[in-house]
Amino acid sequence: MSDVIRLEYRNVTMRFVEGSGKNLVAVQQVSLKVADGEVVSLIGPSGCGKSTLLNIGSGLTAPSEGEAYVDGERVEGPNAHVAFMLQKDLLLPWRTIAENVQFGVEIQGLPLPERQRRATALLDTLRLGEFANHYPHQLSGGMRQRVALARTLAVDPTVLLLDEPFSAVDAQTRIDLQRELAQTLKRAGKTALLITHDLLEAVTLSDRVLVMSRRPGRIIDEIQIELPNRDDPIGRRRDPKVNQYVARLMTRLDIGRTPAERPAGATA
Amino acid sequence: MTGSDSSTALRRGTAMSLAVFVVFLAAWQWGPGLLRIPTFIVPPLSMVVEEFFRMLSRNALMFHTGVTAAEVIAGFLLGSLLGMLFGYLLGMSPTAEIALSPYILALQIAPKVAFAPLFIMWMGFTIYPKILVAILIVFFPVMVNVLTAVRTVDPDLVNLARAFKATRAQIFWKIEFPASMPPLFAGLRIGSTLAVVGVVVGELVGGNMGLGYLLAFGEGQANTPMVFVTIIMLTIVGGIAYLAVILIETRVLHYMPKRALGGF
Repeated sequence: MSDVIRLEYRNVTMRFVEGSGKNLVAVQQVSLKVADGEVVSLIGPSGCGKSTLLNIGSGLTAPSEGEAYVDGERVEGPNAHVAFMLQKDLLLPWRTIAENVQFGVEIQGLPLPERQRRATALLDTLRLGEFANHYPHQLSGGMRQRVALARTLAVDPTVLLLDEPFSAVDAQTRIDLQRELAQTLKRAGKTALLITHDLLEAVTLSDRVLVMSRRPGRIIDEIQIELPNRDDPIGRRRDPKVNQYVARLMTRLDIGRTPAERPAGATA
Repeated sequence: MTGSDSSTALRRGTAMSLAVFVVFLAAWQWGPGLLRIPTFIVPPLSMVVEEFFRMLSRNALMFHTGVTAAEVIAGFLLGSLLGMLFGYLLGMSPTAEIALSPYILALQIAPKVAFAPLFIMWMGFTIYPKILVAILIVFFPVMVNVLTAVRTVDPDLVNLARAFKATRAQIFWKIEFPASMPPLFAGLRIGSTLAVVGVVVGELVGGNMGLGYLLAFGEGQANTPMVFVTIIMLTIVGGIAYLAVILIETRVLHYMPKRALGGF
């Protein structure tokens, strides 16, 4: 891991005007850095503005205050260095699997032979080669999500923003997909910010975990995951130290405590 | 459902459908006689077949059928194109939709066939007022379906394209346009049958061409078999239009799961 910072948020605040005219602060003064090749997870209660941060990073929304940087360049709109992947696979039903993988590079105007070469290579590494000419409805949920990952990687982004990418698939498929993602990120040396509410997923997949508070979302803790083999989340699951990290995250997130028991100011 | 199950169901269904047809024809031929219904109320099948052949030579049945078919095709194509155009434009511009929706709604509620006499007063006893009624009647189901389809495209899909730096045109051609295909074809199916209604009403109101004219002519002569023949010809014209839409639909929507397309 180098010292080059690939993704950075500097004092990012996001306010929305609600229907009632009230100001709603979704994210408050968030600063974070992700180094080259690093995988960082962002966890926090629902509605704490995690997805807002992702939209800001991908240039889809501008922050109310502060700024985001990718590769040292200020994010002022969608750019080719960032690609995102959501819980929904967002595959286009009228396109074959290979054509879906090419969706991003096609928009970016890459020549057809290069697009096809990339799609074939990615589908092969993700063990989907034989489904290249199938349509999305012919694939299982887990396979469709792997296609979405291939589409994200096809544009060869420096930074991947992943918003609960596996929360819609069943538990076993999720473990497979997590291993697939971990190996792919390691092999390609990609930098990633992973938003998740699955504590175990955060610990087993990441180099570092950031904990966000309830709204207005702020970063309240940062945990360095000192476990070997980030590309082997299944092996990591067996490591007893994982439980200590999960326990610490549970404490920070006040999981299992009623609101009355929560220490004032810790999360509010 | 496995392949063999569905093909068994298909074979059985087709056999039953044929049986119903035969029973229907038999009932038509002998039912009126048995029930003592006079032939000027319900003429038996043989009389209608006889009238059909007579009309081929005496009443230029095929000419009138051709006129009606041409009007249906023209009205359907123009109405669909206009419906698509407005559907996409309004779908992409919420402001235009809000501004125009009360007028569109008013026009949609107004019974389109009621415009037929007005159009004939404007354009005379030509084929144009008939085509215009068809255009008007086809326009709405197509436009409403396209508009809704464009409006209900998953915003995350659009965001995905935007994140790849898609232009507005790319978002339209790569997402909104293909996403609107299934509802568009649902609208076209409805439109293809409505086009026949529009044309016939136009022909009934005025002129001396088309199946609608023959319908009025037969009525004036109290020639019930002629009215029956004309209704059957109209059904055939509408059926061909509907089947043509289905044929194109299965080509365009080839990517859909087979069950979702269904027959009729």
